[in-house]
Amino acid sequence: MSAGKVKPGYIRALDLKHGCIEMSHGSGGRAMAQLIQQLFITAFDNEFLRQMNDQACFPSVNGRMVMSTDSHVVTPLFFPGGDIGSLAVHGTINDIAMSGAKPCYLAASFILEEGFPLSDLKRIVDSMAKAAQAAQVPIVTGDTKVVEKGSGDGVFITTTGIGMVPEGIHISGDNARPGDKILVSGTLGDHGIAIMALRENLSFQTSIESDSAALHDLVAAMIAATPGIHVLRDPTRGGLATALNEIAQQSSAGIMIYENELPIQEQVQAACEFIGLDPLYIANEGKLIAICAAQDAEKLLHAMHAHPLGRHARIIGEVIEDAHCFVQMQTRFGGKRIVDWLSGEQLPRIC
Amino acid sequence: MMKYIDEFRAGDLARQIAAKIASEAATGRDYHFMEFCGGHTHAISRFGIIDLLPGNVHMIHGPGCPVCVLPIGRVENAIQLAQIPGLILCSYGDMLRIPTANGMSLLKAKAQGADIRMVYSSADAIKIAQENPQRQVVFFAIGFETTTPPTAIAIQQAQALGLNNFTVFCNHVLTPSAISHILQSPEVREFGLVPLDGFIGPAHVSVVIGSQPYEYFAEEFQKPVVIAGFEPLDVMQAILMLIHQINAGCAKVENEFTRAVSPEGNRKAQSLVAEVFELRRTFEWRGLGWVPYSALKIKSCYANFDAEQRFRISTASIADNKACECGAILRGVKRPQDCKIFGTVCTPENPVGSCMVSSEGACAAHYSYGRFRESNRITAQEN
Repeated sequence: MSAGKVKPGYIRALDLKHGCIEMSHGSGGRAMAQLIQQLFITAFDNEFLRQMNDQACFPSVNGRMVMSTDSHVVTPLFFPGGDIGSLAVHGTINDIAMSGAKPCYLAASFILEEGFPLSDLKRIVDSMAKAAQAAQVPIVTGDTKVVEKGSGDGVFITTTGIGMVPEGIHISGDNARPGDKILVSGTLGDHGIAIMALRENLSFQTSIESDSAALHDLVAAMIAATPGIHVLRDPTRGGLATALNEIAQQSSAGIMIYENELPIQEQVQAACEFIGLDPLYIANEGKLIAICAAQDAEKLLHAMHAHPLGRHARIIGEVIEDAHCFVQMQTRFGGKRIVDWLSGEQLPRIC
Repeated sequence: MMKYIDEFRAGDLARQIAAKIASEAATGRDYHFMEFCGGHTHAISRFGIIDLLPGNVHMIHGPGCPVCVLPIGRVENAIQLAQIPGLILCSYGDMLRIPTANGMSLLKAKAQGADIRMVYSSADAIKIAQENPQRQVVFFAIGFETTTPPTAIAIQQAQALGLNNFTVFCNHVLTPSAISHILQSPEVREFGLVPLDGFIGPAHVSVVIGSQPYEYFAEEFQKPVVIAGFEPLDVMQAILMLIHQINAGCAKVENEFTRAVSPEGNRKAQSLVAEVFELRRTFEWRGLGWVPYSALKIKSCYANFDAEQRFRISTASIADNKACECGAILRGVKRPQDCKIFGTVCTPENPVGSCMVSSEGACAAHYSYGRFRESNRITAQEN
């Protein structure tokens, strides 16, 4: 009998159609090994995972590395334009990419609730695998824990990534300088509104899809055009307003944005009006803010427009001198106002 | 939908009205207008309307924020209700963060295990009561005339459905009585501490009650009233109309919001409210104190749905934090920035007074949207 045809032992295959997560799937025994083998390794397959060690081993690189981690608790788990799986991959890739780095590897950790349908888990894992494949960033190690029914909410996923910063790139939130221009890569608030539209007590109909996407390829194109970008940030939770306030604080500068220039889809604006939210505070999962010297702005904008994820990029404002580090907005109406830090929570568990 | 929103936010039209306001207000005198409603306060701050007004036109923030005017005693009542084992308290989100005298809040009660659900409407509360037939469900009803009809409907629905586990903790208050109270206050009438030349009235309230209820104080106190919508152009237009009236020596009720307000209002909603509610002899407001006939209670024929009856609620009169100026701010005597603890001890994250909690509160609006003006002014003085 040839080695390739060994009967896989007396193991009953996971019932991925009707089965559920049981406590034994996290206990370290046979059930856990089976779950990992049949579901995770099959989906994420790569040379590092195939070694079946508790860690991934890879050669070190020269130069600066970045590392980032992100937990995902979004509810509902599936939404138009993505799911918790693709979001978990994109979220960490984007955090890595916002340093200008090329993301190299991901780790994924799952907290599963007893009773969670294996069919949903398979959908999520397949979606993660697809997202990682498309981004060409392998998931090289991981972990699975199971908690009793009632102690979780289906599935929580933490992803960690490491990446490599190209030579000569120095992108950081404290690099914004008065006179710099501020750009965004596309329409604001799509992810948050897509999620909100699904929530039970906020039921209204929209055809908005989450913008969840991996941005490292766009970043690479931007860096190629303008290596001297000062700041990159993905405005996720808390939206554009929060990200700009963080940058203003880090850089000890003020920011002025122009309401007229903000790209916001009509449906998103309408949904916000309807439920009394401000699109500036709504989460994005596939957009970035870039800040660069004024003389580089047009060139950078051009490079962004040439990439599918930057087609709707706009210059939306500039960095100004301000000891108070206020973010202000020139309203379409003709007045000025502060765009403040978010106070309290606008909508929990958005990512 | 956005077509209708954008129409009322057009910048070029705003500049035209601003130019008209500037030329009509160039009379050498000052104009002091109170926007009664927190919705207007919010719009004025959010769209930067102050930047479009000449220096002699002053906007004074009024008490029309239902979250802000509810006295601490009533908030404590709600917390006590929420702490009854097994009870579910349904509340609008803004109420959760209002602090009481001892630093408690509904949010803290929730963290300690009370079952408090944030709802968007009285209908949500009815649904929760239907889904939890074994538990008492109380709807913490607050608001001016706009939210009263939906509460009335909820009570009638509960009756029709035979829900014996649903009650309403009623805190509905009335706009015209609050405005008369301000106009009759010694600060306005005798001492002239609050110069008040006219009012902007809230359109959504008048969609229900009509414009007639304002005729009395336009007449009695010789103050013009313009009922206005909540889009920034509505507010600008209302300011222009008030200046017109004052320059012409008039004091009448005008309606800027003809797209939905009629003199008599919505009769159907009024009769619904009259069917379920009756006037309280008096009600305590934060800032204004006891205001006669300024609030509603549930009629005795609906007593089964009245949380005050079922849970024998009695309300203590509890003073505000001494350092907090919410009272004076709600009366228009002081501005948020006149309060010593504004933005230092009292912030949206750690509100001491109610005006810092709701986005319609004068302090929260000024803190969130307008506080750069103070720092500009201070910087200018220092230079």
